[in-house]
Amino acid sequence: MKIIVAIKQVPERDAQIRIDASGKWIQEADLQWALNESDAYALEEGLQLKEKHGGEVVVVSAGPERVGSTIREALAKGADRAIHIESEDLGQRDALGVARLLAEAIRPENPDLLLTGLQSDDLGYGQSGVILAELLGLPHASLILHVEKTDTGLTVKRELEGGWFQSIDLPTPAVLTIQSGGNKLRYATLMGIKRAKTKEVRRVPAAELGVEMTQVAALERISLPKKQKSTQILPGSPREAAAALVEKLKFEVRVL
Amino acid sequence: MSGIWVVLEEREGRIGRISWETVAAGLHLGAQLGLPVSAVVPGAHTQPLAAEAATKALPTVVRVEHALLGTYTPDGFSLALEQLIQAKNPDYILFPHTYQVRDYAPKLAARMGQTLIGDVTGIGEGPVFIRQLLQGRLTGEYRHAGAGPCFVSVQSGAFRAEGVASGTATVETFTPAIDPAQIRTRPGAPFRDAAQTVDLGSAQSIVSVGRGIKEASNLPMVEALAAALGAELAASRPICDNGWLPIERQVGSSGQTVSPKLYLAVGISGAIQHLVGMKGSQCVVAINKDPDAPIFEVADYGIVGDLFEVVPALTEAIKAARQ
Repeated sequence: MKIIVAIKQVPERDAQIRIDASGKWIQEADLQWALNESDAYALEEGLQLKEKHGGEVVVVSAGPERVGSTIREALAKGADRAIHIESEDLGQRDALGVARLLAEAIRPENPDLLLTGLQSDDLGYGQSGVILAELLGLPHASLILHVEKTDTGLTVKRELEGGWFQSIDLPTPAVLTIQSGGNKLRYATLMGIKRAKTKEVRRVPAAELGVEMTQVAALERISLPKKQKSTQILPGSPREAAAALVEKLKFEVRVL
Repeated sequence: MSGIWVVLEEREGRIGRISWETVAAGLHLGAQLGLPVSAVVPGAHTQPLAAEAATKALPTVVRVEHALLGTYTPDGFSLALEQLIQAKNPDYILFPHTYQVRDYAPKLAARMGQTLIGDVTGIGEGPVFIRQLLQGRLTGEYRHAGAGPCFVSVQSGAFRAEGVASGTATVETFTPAIDPAQIRTRPGAPFRDAAQTVDLGSAQSIVSVGRGIKEASNLPMVEALAAALGAELAASRPICDNGWLPIERQVGSSGQTVSPKLYLAVGISGAIQHLVGMKGSQCVVAINKDPDAPIFEVADYGIVGDLFEVVPALTEAIKAARQ
């Protein structure tokens, strides 16, 4: 089975976020970056399927030079090779625009299965996988926790709302967006890190993919969120704050 | 016919609350732009839902009726709504931001050369569509550029369902052409993994733990706090993903929705997927080391500090107060 996993590099979860001078994005200069969480689960699913059924796992990622470190991480975990779509202006593209780049890089590979994470931890659109399915003319299922290969295609476990699930049968080639939590994530081994250095990373400048730059959904401005409630911060040492909170719980919330 | 269309979704045989909230969002947008708001009900037996929608002050309710829409599939719903949109040419199409919509609306929009502006929590003058970025740490304003219908999905709880006035709508039926071979996926019936033994929905107090707890071996500290308070223990998604607590204790869009008297969030940053499950709580208390964590936007009381110091101090103070 030839499996492609589309992965994204996002700011690390605890990174200090500052709005940049344009007011349209964050200052990227001093940020720490990481593999998007649900993409890590998509990669894990791809690697496990390969271990069971043989084949190849290819990761594809779009972004500037820095994305190379996240690609190496995926290779160190066990992906066989990678495609890096070099783009300095991803921020000028909306979900459809980025998916078009990915689709054109993926199309010549003719994968049996294309996996993406459910959604990114930065922009959070949750659309790339579903749009890719449309652009590549493939069936898809989203929010997938478990994948099983069958004689005719795949049987997948999809998460529904409120603790419900369903099972879906679909033919391959197909696209799945992977929800976090379905598998236990692996760490890269020292051997894996060493091997990653020799694995192929094919660099494809975005301009060579023949995708025109259009933006239907334009991000015009970012700001710090407005508070929905006025939070009373209880100051002092942990002991003092705890004592103040107990007073509130006793006399105002009345749960003590 | 143009204007604003709202696609309604069924929940347990009726139009779901989030769909009414989306109608309210449509009315808000319609008032700003001077556009009428109509409702769309896709399915195989849409008569009861259309009748329910027709009791509201909307000009039209469109039944998109086909036997192959009885069970949701992304292929079936995309085909049906694509044909409806091409035939009727709306300016805006609004969807409730449900798992089902997330599964097909981006595909439908892409097919029409559009991009869904998803998970919208507010609509400002312009119109600009407001949604969260970086898991709630920033707010983004989006504008639809270019021609063609604008696709928007509306987050749960962002607009008030009660804002939709009663009235009488005209009901029309639209019959899309769908060939069974065009539907490529075969969905099974919904199921639950195991019988639920924890009912967070009826708990008076909940202590909920998030990623800030760092390791499973630190959980007993939070369990002790819950025990001292007489509260149920709950968690955000990453804790259940790691298998540290069972999924039945998960609060949020993929877990349970709760509205206790007290919701005490320990080490939870407050991504929107978590907030939608608990923001109906009467009193929210947050303990978090990051003063900018989005959980503080919905908290009544906050303690900014190291939970490994604050939680034991709080447990002791509660025990002392109970004596």
